[in-house]
Amino acid sequence: MGDLFLFMISCILLNNILLIQYLGNCPFLGTSKRMETATGMAMAVIFVLVLAGVMTWLARKFVLVPYDLVYLQTIVFILVIAALVQFVEMFLKKSIPVLYSGLGIYLPLITTNCAVLGVCLINVQEDYDFLQMLVSSFAYPVGFGLALILFAGVRERILLARVPKPLQDTAIGLVTAGLLSLTFFAFKGMV
Amino acid sequence: MANTIVQEFTKGLWREIPPFRLVLGLCPTLALTKSVENGFGMGVALTFVLVCSNVLISALRKIIPGKVRIACFIIVVATFVIIVELMMQAYTYSLYQKMGIFIPLIVVNCIPLGRAEAFASKNGVLRSALDGLGMGIGYTLSLSTLAAFRELFGTGAITLYEKPIQIMGASFEPFGFLVEAPGAFVCLGLMLCVMNMLGKK
Repeated sequence: MGDLFLFMISCILLNNILLIQYLGNCPFLGTSKRMETATGMAMAVIFVLVLAGVMTWLARKFVLVPYDLVYLQTIVFILVIAALVQFVEMFLKKSIPVLYSGLGIYLPLITTNCAVLGVCLINVQEDYDFLQMLVSSFAYPVGFGLALILFAGVRERILLARVPKPLQDTAIGLVTAGLLSLTFFAFKGMV
Repeated sequence: MANTIVQEFTKGLWREIPPFRLVLGLCPTLALTKSVENGFGMGVALTFVLVCSNVLISALRKIIPGKVRIACFIIVVATFVIIVELMMQAYTYSLYQKMGIFIPLIVVNCIPLGRAEAFASKNGVLRSALDGLGMGIGYTLSLSTLAAFRELFGTGAITLYEKPIQIMGASFEPFGFLVEAPGAFVCLGLMLCVMNMLGKK
């Protein structure tokens, strides 16, 4: 149990998916301009990634490996994720409209979020068992959300500052992300 | 305003050079610019995928139904990504290992999908091929430049064909920050800033 907890912490902080492993940077810069969109995106990613992690892990274990189709892994994973996102969207729309109105517009964006496919691939590459896979599919997006929400907070303050013209918008965003990444980098000494 | 055929090719090299002008495909830009070898490898892999997927999508653009076009684009891109993956496994295994999960992640890299949606699905085969080639070469150039900067100042050497070539003198103290994760963000940010300064406005 202790091992799993340590593993979870390391996924959230030490190997933060956004700032240390550089995955999912497009939505990171795209949705971090306002706190609301950042929170919505973070929730949607956590929600989808747990499901996607389980589905792709099962698909690999029970379909790809037994039938010797591992070379088709990339295409199968992306299709599973795309189908899953569609399904989740329809399901939420019908049965949990409250949640849908919160997450709705972020769901289609998730198909092409490389953090989602990335974590599914990491799970496979590191050969995690089912429990480890479950923890990593939950902890990585939590780290993603943490970084995204922190960054959105900083970015809202930047709006008030006077930034030199060439640095405006994305450029200053990236430099800020660098500083934030430096903070997360410091966690390396923790374990 | 219609571009001439030459302009379709050259716009990817400067006017719309990814990832600086079009801020797309950032993840590999950050992750694979630790060394010139990785950056260049990624650029070439992406160029191949981009040209092939642009050609195929533009050839099929009248057949693909509008409603499911994104799914079709993803499948076309994913197919070519698998081809690249298998080729790299066969011929450049050490580079394949270094680039790790970023090769399969070309599927969700916004550039091939973005070009398919914005360009290849509306234009002819030749134009799409040139657009893909231009964008790909532009991407390779940007990645190589960024990687060269980071590697040169971060380690004092440039690695080519797996052999580091020492460029800086012995008294040079490597600026290790640049090859770590935070350095990637800061470098890319500063590079964007320089591009903005040089750019038209």
